[in-house]
Amino acid sequence: MAKRIEASNVSSYYGSFKAIDSISMTVEPKTITALIGPSGCGKSTFLRSINRMHEVLPNARIEGRLTIDDQNIYDPDVDVTAVRRMIGMVFQRPNPFPTMSIYENAVAGLKLNGVKKKSLLDDAAEKSLRSANLWDEVKDRLNRPGAGLSGGQQQRLCIARTIAVQPQVVLMDEPCSALDPISTLAIEDLMFKLKDQFTIIIVTHNMQQAARVSDKTGFFSIDKTGEPGRLIEYADTQKIFSNPTEKKTEDYITGRFG
Amino acid sequence: MSLLERETDGVIMTPDNIRTKKLPLVAELGVAVVALVVAAALVLGTGIGNWVLVVFLGIVFYLVGLFVAASRVEGKRSAKNKIWRTMIYAACLLAILPLASVVWTLVSKGAARLDGDFFGSSMNNIGARDANGGAYHAIIGTLEQVGIATLLAVPLGVLGAIYLVEYGRGKFALTVRFFVDVMTGIPSIVAGLFVLAFWVLIVSPWFNDGTPRFSGFAASLALTVLMLPTIVRSTEEMLRLVPGPLREGAYALGVPQWKTILKVVLPTALPGIVTGVMLAVARAAGETAPVLLVAGGAAAINMDPFAGNQSSLSLFVYQQAGDASRYAPDRAWTAALTLVALVLILTIAAKLLARRNRLS
Repeated sequence: MAKRIEASNVSSYYGSFKAIDSISMTVEPKTITALIGPSGCGKSTFLRSINRMHEVLPNARIEGRLTIDDQNIYDPDVDVTAVRRMIGMVFQRPNPFPTMSIYENAVAGLKLNGVKKKSLLDDAAEKSLRSANLWDEVKDRLNRPGAGLSGGQQQRLCIARTIAVQPQVVLMDEPCSALDPISTLAIEDLMFKLKDQFTIIIVTHNMQQAARVSDKTGFFSIDKTGEPGRLIEYADTQKIFSNPTEKKTEDYITGRFG
Repeated sequence: MSLLERETDGVIMTPDNIRTKKLPLVAELGVAVVALVVAAALVLGTGIGNWVLVVFLGIVFYLVGLFVAASRVEGKRSAKNKIWRTMIYAACLLAILPLASVVWTLVSKGAARLDGDFFGSSMNNIGARDANGGAYHAIIGTLEQVGIATLLAVPLGVLGAIYLVEYGRGKFALTVRFFVDVMTGIPSIVAGLFVLAFWVLIVSPWFNDGTPRFSGFAASLALTVLMLPTIVRSTEEMLRLVPGPLREGAYALGVPQWKTILKVVLPTALPGIVTGVMLAVARAAGETAPVLLVAGGAAAINMDPFAGNQSSLSLFVYQQAGDASRYAPDRAWTAALTLVALVLILTIAAKLLARRNRLS
């Protein structure tokens, strides 16, 4: 199920502004990869390039190759929708659909993609809400609006929504930055659980979080504002946090920079 | 010096004291009464005006009195706050006043002919000396013309707005938006003239053995021209208010763009879109000039909007108000009341419908 992602020399532009400069990295299936680095260094931009969410913004474009199990997702004959069905995404701020109930939110991806069978949807809703550790909290009020949940619950609902469509890869863009420590812990637990099925890439500002959850860590940085972001070091999390090769990484990890 | 020390001495707060005295409600009412009495004595005593001036001067005196009293007891900052609050309430009342006045006038003058005859008969064969006669034909006309115009303008307008917000990029979208703005300013008589020149004089003869023909449908076309820009602009604003992350959330689930718009963006913006549409409907229902120009007006019932003259409620009001018969003004008032009630009922119904689709 889970797939390998390989980026080679990926550069990304907003208009004439180069946001990231030749990023190359390989993400193995069924691992958690954390991307860390100071604000504005292109972590999110790179993450959004992986499921072509990047190009939702006007004038955004990309150079280089990004393959998922050896298929380049930027080939001209690739269907964007298919890429996004394969590579799901959880955003920084919980964004449940306000006009939909908890149940409808959980199965939104299936329903909007044409699944109509009630039994199938019911199963998917329960399964994904259970996987997202949310089922017990919401099972009695599935028809209440999704936007009425607390922030942490909303974010888990968004995760449930993402995994309900059975993607191969789940991208998470600072999924815990708007959450309290308890909700954060719930989501980190969830990531460990999901690792059995999915390849997970997470952008985070929280270095403890990166150290706790990830197998490999990539450190992004910029020389100064206006310059493109670069991947400084990419290695096992253990190594990055104990014995980084690059001076810059060490400075960032130990808090002397950024 | 701290912020607190800037307050008036002896009255209130020092750095050690955050308590303050409050002007009691009785005192505020007392100031109001005194202000009104003084104003009344001044105005009526000298005979320089009537009760309107009394109320106006009363409010001015009240503001001054309140400021002095509150400054003494509560301090300057708090007094200013009171003054502004009072002025805002007064402005609010002033804004509601014309509306209340219109409603009251309509109800009191329109009630005279609020009978079955008015809603059940037309003006066919009603002479200047006949007290009866009604607006049945005009109500039919308004419903048909505005209904058809809504059916034409809503899909076009909403789709146009979707284009501008979700797809439109570059020069073409800018041009479209510019011309929609220009269209907003088109006077209704010009829309009527356009339809007269284009539809009535050029197109309608094709369907009528070469003779130009007025019709309710022509009026609908003119009303469509008037409704379109309102609907496009209000829908556009509402669609822009839908947060981008909601769209991205749907895209990230592999939902195609058209379905995201249909199932996520439009439902989220629906209540606002409905409000905009109802504003356009209300404007169209009140238009007289285009109906007069291209539907011609009629005294008899004409159910067919595609052939022959039709009237409408606003046209009926216009004609009855200018009629020499002593019974006509009553009919005009009742028709005006009917028109307002009709638009109100439609608006309430539309809002209820739009809300029912949402989760509570």
